[in-house]
Amino acid sequence: MLEPLVQNLVFGVLVGALYGLAAVGLSLVFGVTKILNVAHGELLMFGGYASFWAVTLLGIDPFLSLVPAVMFLAVIGYILYKLIFSRLVKLDESVKIQNTLLVGFGLSLILQNIALRLWSADTRGITTFYSGYAVTSFGIRFPVVRVASLVIALVTLLALELFLRRTYTGKALRATVENWEAATLMGIDIQKVYLLAFVMGASLAAIAGTLVSVGYSIDPMMGLNWTLTSLIVMVLGGLGSIIGTFVGGIVLGVTQSATGFFLSQSYREVVGLVLFLLVLVFRPQGLFGAKER
Amino acid sequence: MSKRLIGLNLLLVGLLVCLPVVVKKDSIINLALLVLLYTSLASSWNILGGFAGQTNLGHAAFFGLGALLTRFLWLGGWPLIPSLLVGGLVAVAFALLIGFPAFRLRGVYFAIGTLALAQVLYIVVGNTLSQISSLPSEYLATYQLTPRYYLVLGVAILTTGTSYVLRKSRRGLGIMAVREQEDAAESLGVSALQHKLLALSISAFLAGLTGGAFAFYHVGFYPQLPFAPEFTFDAVMMTYIGGVGTVAGPVIGAIFFVVVREILALKIADMHLIVFGVLFILVVLFLPGGLTDAWGKARRALARRTGPERSGISFRRKGS
Repeated sequence: MLEPLVQNLVFGVLVGALYGLAAVGLSLVFGVTKILNVAHGELLMFGGYASFWAVTLLGIDPFLSLVPAVMFLAVIGYILYKLIFSRLVKLDESVKIQNTLLVGFGLSLILQNIALRLWSADTRGITTFYSGYAVTSFGIRFPVVRVASLVIALVTLLALELFLRRTYTGKALRATVENWEAATLMGIDIQKVYLLAFVMGASLAAIAGTLVSVGYSIDPMMGLNWTLTSLIVMVLGGLGSIIGTFVGGIVLGVTQSATGFFLSQSYREVVGLVLFLLVLVFRPQGLFGAKER
Repeated sequence: MSKRLIGLNLLLVGLLVCLPVVVKKDSIINLALLVLLYTSLASSWNILGGFAGQTNLGHAAFFGLGALLTRFLWLGGWPLIPSLLVGGLVAVAFALLIGFPAFRLRGVYFAIGTLALAQVLYIVVGNTLSQISSLPSEYLATYQLTPRYYLVLGVAILTTGTSYVLRKSRRGLGIMAVREQEDAAESLGVSALQHKLLALSISAFLAGLTGGAFAFYHVGFYPQLPFAPEFTFDAVMMTYIGGVGTVAGPVIGAIFFVVVREILALKIADMHLIVFGVLFILVVLFLPGGLTDAWGKARRALARRTGPERSGISFRRKGS
């Protein structure tokens, strides 16, 4: 009894790290720009396919494909921001969130169907010669690929944290989160900060997407689920804290695994959604930050 | 409504009623049925999403509940109309159940909260009722499109009519006041919660009926299908493309949506969703009034070009 349970929880932690990584991207964009990008899951999906392409067409190692995938998504993020979202950032905050939400849904529909045309509806994953390798200790299996993904997620978040704390640009981003008006008065170019945050959000989605395609599988319709997962984690972890969001991801991953173990695999997602609804209802204010009225 | 508009609407309804008598081709009737079904879906969304300004991303839950209940009762031997009503009422009961907690959430939280809720239902229904629901052979043998068409037409008239009456009524004005400025409306004695719940109930009831009509129309579908998020997103897109918060908007949006989808589906499958996605984004970005507003603007621009006096008259007439 105990061993399968622990095994399940280990898998929960491993997938939770990816939830955390996905949510950090969404949360960063929302915190800085107040754009709720519900196409985040689709960006993640595109990241997954970009790496899938890089691996199958160029024949490179899946973890190396992080580089082209991030570059590809950074360009897409740049284009999307310039083309669409930059037109919405000047609106009042509540109208802005509402309209970006709507635009995001339109966008997710477009990206989904582009993916369907480009890559068909098949579920795909990246397999390499070391995909099946696993380290076993105390009877618990640690698949190498997923553990490496956890490490990459941690390193990415650590780098992001350092960037936000130590660099001038990172501080400008955090200042914008605190108070964009004051930040403007201090000479921070808000438009550039917004663009940077959006591109960084897309790049984080690319990293998460690559890791998902290496350790799990991807398909064109996965976006909505990943967007919802990211939203759940963002709410659980609270806005503005990268570590908090990451821990929120692990919590969700473990909760899902426990549900899968004790209840049924088919209710894994329901549990996250119910958790999310409970938090929303019982803490309607201050979930995304204290300033929300 | 001006006399001309009443006449026009009566003419339209009359034409729709006569359609199955005049046209014998099932494909045409089916197309009209789909337009009417989507009109009801979009119009019912518009009552909460447009008039009350509460972006509900869980509309499929109401549609799905109506479909599920109606299908279950009707195939269980109940007469059709009571089954439909139960479907609608269960949707309302569910809406009220979630309404109190959901309306504590404002704006975007309401939107993602309702989306999450609909997803919960979607997954739970998919897990518990995984068998496809097909019509029994005795129903299939006597399956006719015309009664389905008239039922959907009836629901569409009811939905659009309710939208029209509501928009002009005191309650409807209260609902729209809450949308514009919740605090200001409250200060004038308009209870925001009460009006939102009213809009939610009407919206849910009509969506439930629409779902019921869908269940009566469809030959075989998985019980999970009507709960799919697509039904919500389609409703949102049609409403916005047509013109959110207006009576005619969802109707125009639905006609546009279904017809363009049929045309594009003939050429390239699934292409229509990309087209609608792009169009929807363009409308949100540049044309908040949708096609109805664009049509009005174009007419006014045209009137201005043909002569300043005529444009003056038409402007005054619009204001009166």
